Amino acid sequence: MTEDLHEITVTLNGASRTATAPARRLLSDFLRHDLRETGTHVGCEHGVCGCCTMLLDGEPVRSCLVFAVSVDGRTLTTVEGLAATDGTLHPVQQALQDNHGLQCGFCTPGFVMSACGFLADNPDPDDDEIRDGMAGNLCRCTGYTGILAAVKQAAGALRGSGTDPRSRYQPEPAAPAPEVGP
Amino acid sequence: MKPAAFAYHAPRSVDEALATLAELGSDGKVLAGGQSLIPLLNMRLAAPAALVDIERLDTLDTIEVDDDEVRVGARVRHAALHRHAGAAAAVPLLRQALGWVAHPVIRNRGTSLGSIVHADPAAELPAVLALLDGRVEVASADGTRTVAAGELFLGPLEADVRTGELALAAVFPRPAPGTGSAFVELSRRHGDYALAGAAVTVTLDADRHVTAARAAFIGVSDTPAVVDLTAALRGQPGDGLDHAAARELADASYDPDDDIHATAAYRRHLAGVLLGRGLDAAAADAAQEEAT
Repeated sequence: MTEDLHEITVTLNGASRTATAPARRLLSDFLRHDLRETGTHVGCEHGVCGCCTMLLDGEPVRSCLVFAVSVDGRTLTTVEGLAATDGTLHPVQQALQDNHGLQCGFCTPGFVMSACGFLADNPDPDDDEIRDGMAGNLCRCTGYTGILAAVKQAAGALRGSGTDPRSRYQPEPAAPAPEVGP
Repeated sequence: MKPAAFAYHAPRSVDEALATLAELGSDGKVLAGGQSLIPLLNMRLAAPAALVDIERLDTLDTIEVDDDEVRVGARVRHAALHRHAGAAAAVPLLRQALGWVAHPVIRNRGTSLGSIVHADPAAELPAVLALLDGRVEVASADGTRTVAAGELFLGPLEADVRTGELALAAVFPRPAPGTGSAFVELSRRHGDYALAGAAVTVTLDADRHVTAARAAFIGVSDTPAVVDLTAALRGQPGDGLDHAAARELADASYDPDDDIHATAAYRRHLAGVLLGRGLDAAAADAAQEEAT
């Protein structure tokens, strides 16, 4: 039996993207195999590890527990959609680097996306709320202390700048060069 | 770790969904939030020939609160119900229980009614529905019927939703005036399925003495074990409950199994300890309810 293929269009990090895939294609695999965007990592494929977390219409979901065909026409944000166009890291990414929140980096895209969704929901969390909010993501090398510190730092930075944690980072424009006298 | 092939149906209306399910018969399986079903498909523990995806049935994405009950449509995600202030005010046990359901990210996608009809013996919402004597509305191409919570849960992962049927809504009755509630559970890691847990309600009179108490246990029996504890607690002061008789009464209502996570004896002990905590918390909740 040949499998039916479905044409699936999503808005991925602001751009419309289309590919055809069978109905059983997981959203995580649709991103990686069909759209060739490999920032999203695939760990356990049954919803335990959180590596494949991405934002679906602004809310973090496990992309290994969603069929791509189910979300035809919807909006996705992945880890590729956060850093500024000039490469400046998003405050959540920068905070993970500053706080030694990653070693191998395999789990990191999932943590980043969970943190962005969590901080949009709760911009000023206490330590327990951060722990609860990030509990669905597993890290097997760095451990959680640096990650929790990073989320706390990012919360402060994002509150200060007033930006939606789920949108692409736009760094403050650099101060204009001092006028050179005649 | 990839699902087997299936035919995919994405109806745009409930009528279309019911016609599709009727046509598919036993080949058809409803896909709602997928947070339990898709892991089973990924691990190939299930391989239905066809999925009927209710993702586009926006008319089922409704939470209705009236003087008697809270009605939750089939497309309502756990997160939306958890956030809903009206539902939490009418049936506080919903918010108390939903905080224990998996992780926030899973709750963004999983549906409350899906969890109920999935009927996992360790899941929280089946116990809430059973404790409150709620019901589920189901529809097929032939019409609709209502299944009382007491008749809904047939066994582990088995609810009385039949071939060709779609569960449309879960209905949670408001508790009686003066009733407080609590949800307690213990799992090895936060967000895991509970080793044991209990949904508890305690009703106090104006003098803050117990007039009624009930509990529904998870993780210790094939289906939520509902037990009326009024006989063991009636007349006791809400702030000084003696749990012994209630624990003894509850203990006869379940028969846990050994598995790799815990022995039956440990689960039985845990259910009793959790019941004590749940009763105290529910009584305190009822006292607060009276005070406001």
